[in-house]
Amino acid sequence: MEPNRPLIELERISKIYRMGEIVVPALLDVSLTITRGELVAVMGASGSGKSTLMNLVGCLDRPTKGRYLLAGQLVSNLDRNALAEIRNRFLGFVFQSFNLLPRATALENVQLPMLYAGLPASERLRRAKEALTRVALASRLDHKPNQLSGGQQQRVAIARAIVMKPKIILADEPTGNLDSKTSAEIMNLLQELSRAGITVVLVTHESNIAEYASRVIVLKDGRMLSDRPHTPGRTHVAAASQTEEAVR
Amino acid sequence: MNVLHTIGIAFETLLRNKLRSFLTLLGVVIGVFAVIAMVAAGDGARTRVQQLFATMGSNMLVILPGARVQGGVTEGFGTSATLTWDDLTAIQNEIPSVQYAAALSQVKGQVDVAGHNWATSINGTSSAYFAIRDWPIASGAYFTDSDLKGRAKVAVLGEVVVKKLFGSDVNPVGQVVRVNNVSFRVVGVLTQKGQSPHGQDNDDAVFVPETIFQSVIQGGLQQYIQGTIVVGTTSQDATDRAQRQITALLRDRHRLRNGAEEDFSIRNLTDIAHTVAAATTALTLLLAAIAGVSLLVGGIGIMNIMLVSVTERTREIGLRMAIGAKTVHILSQFLAESAALSLVGGTIGTVLGVVTTQFIAHRLGWPVPLRPEVIVIAVAFSAFVGVGFGLYPARKASLLDPIEALRYE
Repeated sequence: MEPNRPLIELERISKIYRMGEIVVPALLDVSLTITRGELVAVMGASGSGKSTLMNLVGCLDRPTKGRYLLAGQLVSNLDRNALAEIRNRFLGFVFQSFNLLPRATALENVQLPMLYAGLPASERLRRAKEALTRVALASRLDHKPNQLSGGQQQRVAIARAIVMKPKIILADEPTGNLDSKTSAEIMNLLQELSRAGITVVLVTHESNIAEYASRVIVLKDGRMLSDRPHTPGRTHVAAASQTEEAVR
Repeated sequence: MNVLHTIGIAFETLLRNKLRSFLTLLGVVIGVFAVIAMVAAGDGARTRVQQLFATMGSNMLVILPGARVQGGVTEGFGTSATLTWDDLTAIQNEIPSVQYAAALSQVKGQVDVAGHNWATSINGTSSAYFAIRDWPIASGAYFTDSDLKGRAKVAVLGEVVVKKLFGSDVNPVGQVVRVNNVSFRVVGVLTQKGQSPHGQDNDDAVFVPETIFQSVIQGGLQQYIQGTIVVGTTSQDATDRAQRQITALLRDRHRLRNGAEEDFSIRNLTDIAHTVAAATTALTLLLAAIAGVSLLVGGIGIMNIMLVSVTERTREIGLRMAIGAKTVHILSQFLAESAALSLVGGTIGTVLGVVTTQFIAHRLGWPVPLRPEVIVIAVAFSAFVGVGFGLYPARKASLLDPIEALRYE
């Protein structure tokens, strides 16, 4: 890959769902490039297409039209197993409801992606410990999800997302189930990862969460409404609020 | 994702729902147990039947006179004697697959010795008969060829007759018994033969040389045999050939034209034995099929529980897919669970089946041979059931849409 090439390139992407007679365009003609280390917040009302965009960028779904290049590789025409491998190697997922295996310890949960990558046990253990240390959970390795607080569970999920050293982390409402203090901790962690060179794409409907982003994209009815760079900090809260009002 | 890990996860998941896994397991256990027990029972029955037929003498043909193939046997028996002594000699000398041939004439008669008498069957025959019946002598000897030629008044007694006349502690060899008021010297006592499958007691009989039988007990025309010809063939496989050859020989000797009905009838005892063995084999298969149905039901139980499991773990499947699980990973994870269920169930069922059948065999004294191939088939079938019935749920899981699965509540 050429050094200046964007990490994510979406070219005139459309996603259209057909439910019998009804045609639902979830995304229409969206073009977008995201470079390495950006922290992009995708905002919009429900039904605006932000989840669809997230699924497409996350290689969980394929576009109806358009091309998607990830790190220079065309992925929009790959089959489900090839996409699984892309997700395993290039992408990390963080969900609103954490999605940890309830009966597995933090260490086991973090090892899961490496199982599918076929890494040897000793390396799995080493890297899982490393990732959990990075999210400040080195003392909770053998705890099961029900023994951890919400914020700690989300940090286990982030450790799971970064353990394969992905290029992109996709976070779908990562703070949706957390209080504001814990939300701030999680967002700081994501900012930290972004500074370390991992691209973070964040779906949220909360403007104070979008505050942490370096770029805010707003979708409405499947189309791009605005796409503007953003300097994280208090001064831009007003701008973000205006954006949110514009969405409404 | 290595195999050991997949199996480990499968057992871990199964142990999580202990009661559910146990009940599913039980279906397979009962199925495999039933297959092994039923096949063993069928085998035991068949062996028993073969043992019973063995007491009647193997390699044996019985030629009945004056009976049509379709007609009743008793109709011509004795009244229309058609077999001659020359027929007997011809059968003995001209057919290579015939090892022994003997005439057997039979009447009901009274045997008595001082103070005791007993009604039994009186048989006139030659010593070849005992060879055909595979019937050893317990004490004394068979009558000899010179006894036959000399019309000696000698008798060989069956074990029951000895008991009735002499009691159980006396050796009657050398003593004199009266058969239908004619004195005979006892030369031998036969070993116990047991009952025929028709409930007739083989040992309740007295045997005398056919020549003296014809002259003092039954009478009748000299050239005809008042009874049957019993033939022993060289081997069990030779009986069919011998039967064809004897038929041809007798048709020729009796000058029967093509198409004319035979004036004799040949009973092939191995035929009956084969028929009964085939019947018990069919019975065994039937029992195995019924048992197989219960194994099938066990398999459906596995499928049912795996479908529930897939539904319950939809979100987990979605998550696993999101972080990189391929179709084959999810497929093998669920297949490992159903295979583990059926293999463990199959093993327990096999052990139970073997222990139970051997215990029953021991207690009842039944011959229940343990056939290794039955165990292999039962276990293989249970594994097949596990994989076969696990395939659909596993495939269903592996083809879930990751987005839908992640959203599943």
